[in-house]
Amino acid sequence: MIDEPVQRLDEGALRALLPRVLAGLVRRGEDFDAAEDALQEALLEALRVWPERPPRDPGAWLTTVATRRLVDAHRSEVARHRREETTYAEPRPGPAQEGDDTLFLLFCCCHPDLAPASQVALTLRAVGGLTTREIADAFYVPEATMAQRIGRAKRTLRGRRLDQPGDLAVVLRVLYLVYTAGHAGRVDLAGEAIRLARQLTLATEEPEARGLLALMLLNHARLPARLDPEGRIVTLDRQDRGLWDTREIAEGVRVLQSALAMQTEARRPGRYQVEAAIAALHDDAASAEETDWPQILAWYDDLVALTEDPVRQDPAAVLGRAVAVGHVLGATAGLRETDRLREVIGERHRWHAVRGHLHELDGDLPAAASAYAEAARRATNVAERDHLVRQAARARAAWASPVSGSAREASSTSRSNDGARRHRG
Amino acid sequence: MPKYLLLKHYRGGPEPHRPVPPMDQWAPEDVEAHMAFQHHVSELLEENGEYVDAQALTPARTWVRYGGPDAAPVTTDGPHPETSDLVAGWYMIDVESHERAVELAAYVSSEPGPGGEPLYEWIDVREVMWERPRTTDAT
Repeated sequence: MIDEPVQRLDEGALRALLPRVLAGLVRRGEDFDAAEDALQEALLEALRVWPERPPRDPGAWLTTVATRRLVDAHRSEVARHRREETTYAEPRPGPAQEGDDTLFLLFCCCHPDLAPASQVALTLRAVGGLTTREIADAFYVPEATMAQRIGRAKRTLRGRRLDQPGDLAVVLRVLYLVYTAGHAGRVDLAGEAIRLARQLTLATEEPEARGLLALMLLNHARLPARLDPEGRIVTLDRQDRGLWDTREIAEGVRVLQSALAMQTEARRPGRYQVEAAIAALHDDAASAEETDWPQILAWYDDLVALTEDPVRQDPAAVLGRAVAVGHVLGATAGLRETDRLREVIGERHRWHAVRGHLHELDGDLPAAASAYAEAARRATNVAERDHLVRQAARARAAWASPVSGSAREASSTSRSNDGARRHRG
Repeated sequence: MPKYLLLKHYRGGPEPHRPVPPMDQWAPEDVEAHMAFQHHVSELLEENGEYVDAQALTPARTWVRYGGPDAAPVTTDGPHPETSDLVAGWYMIDVESHERAVELAAYVSSEPGPGGEPLYEWIDVREVMWERPRTTDAT
């Protein structure tokens, strides 16, 4: 959508501008679809004109040119239908703040009538200002496919009332989807999600928005330690904590505290705040041995209490809690917790991987090896599959020759676990 | 948003629901209808924003293995070529869910065969592994 020369003018400023201009047009009553097209044309025009004659106010310039395009489009439409010519007002200065515009556009792009893939694509394009090609690259699909997806999404929004406040929970879910999609090629989706979540926290007081931003920051801070130089996964207990981004952790903790400070008896922290609190406790430990597992378990108790039937409605939370139970009350107790999930997610690789971890914690290396191997067979991610195959091979080798160095290495996850060791006497 | 391969086979897979002769023995109009349908599936996937790739493979197959140091590659067309699986081609799709992939595979399988009746061909649905590491910690 933005060609290179415009990006060179000042990519950051221009990207921040687009949602504001688009929001202004849509708020005025223009169709989202038509307004987005008109803005694209205005951008092309800018590309032609700005190098020679840079505008004093780029936002106003884009608004004016896009409006002219819309008026032209309406006129030809009207002429085609031989209807009375409608007059279109010149752009009124919007009363809205920049933050409100972001929120408003996010509500448009995350409209509940759209499928998640479309919500993600439209958000990245209309709010994030990414090009269709960049979004296509990020999701490994052809550009034409992504263009089609965005076009369909925009057409779905046609005629929908967009002046109502949308569902913030959907916006948060979409941003988290963008975050977890990670980064590929030229586009850092995780970084983009953090940028959008930061904008969102300026637009709404909702503590869960801050909870989401905190969760992303506290997770993202560990990114540099998560893969070794060969691209192999390094699990949390083995990561070089010196590589963690302390600035991001500090910001995450600050944002989380400001969210938690808003809680009342009637309004308990939502899931993003709780998950952020768990991430903060991991980030806070100077070594894996110093991880405050009892405190983490307490937060997991809160997390599973958020749903009526956590086993069915939030199995990921129950599975995470099982790991914490394993570290606090012992591996056997942790494994018992995972048993409750067998019916629901027993087919998923995560379930088997967690059981492998708990068996290893318990010192049962053959069971750990089988569970890791089973997890590897079900993994849907290359790096995770490779990691699980290595875990299985390592556990098997350690079992076959318990006095070798690899055996000591294999039991390093349980070495850190005072609670479990005490439990097992 | 997982990706799936919908694999079509020249042979192999479960017992055919509707055994049919090879396509060169079909009526010309049935062949046309069959090919038009395949084209239509590609277009439909493109329109839906679900299309990633579609390819057809020739049936000729060469098995190749390392021949050892300083030796030429060893090739064979297999000991039992008439019973082994032979992939004919695929659609690669990018969809919301496994359920959607199954739905599309069933549609692909409804392609017209002899007499314009559905082929009921078995489609092999395979998930493509995500290449990129996750941004959250693994177990």
